[in-house]
Amino acid sequence: MSPPPGRPKEGSLPLGATARSAEGAPKSTLAVRVWRGGAAAAGGGFVPYEVPRIPAQTVLDVVTHIQRRIDATLAYRYACRVGMCGSCAMTVNGRARWTCRTHVQTVAGDGALDIAPLANLPVIRDLVTDMRGFFDKWARAKGQFVPTATRHDGFATVAPASKERRAVDAAIECIGCAVCYSSCDVVGWNPAYLGPAALNRAWTLVNDPRDGGRNDRLAAVAGDAGCHACHTHQSCTDRCPKQLAPTASIAGLKRATAYAALTGAIP
Amino acid sequence: MSPGRSQSLLWLAQRGSAAVLAFCVAVHLATMIVAVRGGLTAAEILGRTRGSVAWAAFYGVFVLGVAIHAPIGLRAIIAEMRGSHGRGVDSAMLAFAAVLLALGLRAVVAVTTGRAT
Repeated sequence: MSPPPGRPKEGSLPLGATARSAEGAPKSTLAVRVWRGGAAAAGGGFVPYEVPRIPAQTVLDVVTHIQRRIDATLAYRYACRVGMCGSCAMTVNGRARWTCRTHVQTVAGDGALDIAPLANLPVIRDLVTDMRGFFDKWARAKGQFVPTATRHDGFATVAPASKERRAVDAAIECIGCAVCYSSCDVVGWNPAYLGPAALNRAWTLVNDPRDGGRNDRLAAVAGDAGCHACHTHQSCTDRCPKQLAPTASIAGLKRATAYAALTGAIP
Repeated sequence: MSPGRSQSLLWLAQRGSAAVLAFCVAVHLATMIVAVRGGLTAAEILGRTRGSVAWAAFYGVFVLGVAIHAPIGLRAIIAEMRGSHGRGVDSAMLAFAAVLLALGLRAVVAVTTGRAT
């Protein structure tokens, strides 16, 4: 799904600049190639479209234009359109991105866009991937909060300045878009690997003083399919649209599991 | 012991041995650079190491660090290439560690006492 040779992955024009044709006039259309069908092995492939270029246009706007104006059978996902829900991530010019907050002019300065489904996930159709494996891994990493209090207890107090809370100040902002998962080399090599998002979620709960599942969770994320499989390539941290650092969360889990193993908290 | 616990302890051992090796390699390289300034001969090296408890201790620790660090890393590489690692790989890595330790300590004894074992 990489862009063809000769085509840059990223636009080279500065923000606000407009691509120009060979004659020097601003291009009024985008040359878009959208993945249609299933996986490549199942006959899927890129189909070209021509889409009008408009100011402040996002990649999601481009996909929506194709679906509304050119081919209503195009399948894709989105919900909030404002970078909160994490449902519109796709591969844009070879790189996983959240399409609702990605402006065309920042990624397609030459007026060319390749839009494909996220990597490392099975393709259902067109730009829609099967996210079950991704979220099943959150469950396998014991990403569920385990309460220790009842409705009769008072509100728990988590001091904002506490070490545990500060350790996850950023990590709790994950929107579950799977951009990190799609960008991770280890996920590609090792299908059992829990991946950056699930491990990041586990790290937030490991630091939650209200949670009662710490040791089970640390046991679940230790090992060849867990935090120890991470190669620290940091693709997840580089690509995260929320500027989170799953690599740091995974490093924290490595330290926490080592301490738990030494003290016998992991049997 | 669960696989998660053993993997966590192996990670700790590899990180700890890496820290030891970082120090040992730095000292080893610095010593080499200093030593060759006056011309490098076997007699000169042996003159420095023979009978020296400090050098024997230093290189003993160095060898121990290598014997711990290398097999754990090799085990991880094999696991990734094969998709899993079983008892066979673990046994082979224990044997590899024993060979590294034996050969390394043999060399340490030789340059310290002058006797080949």
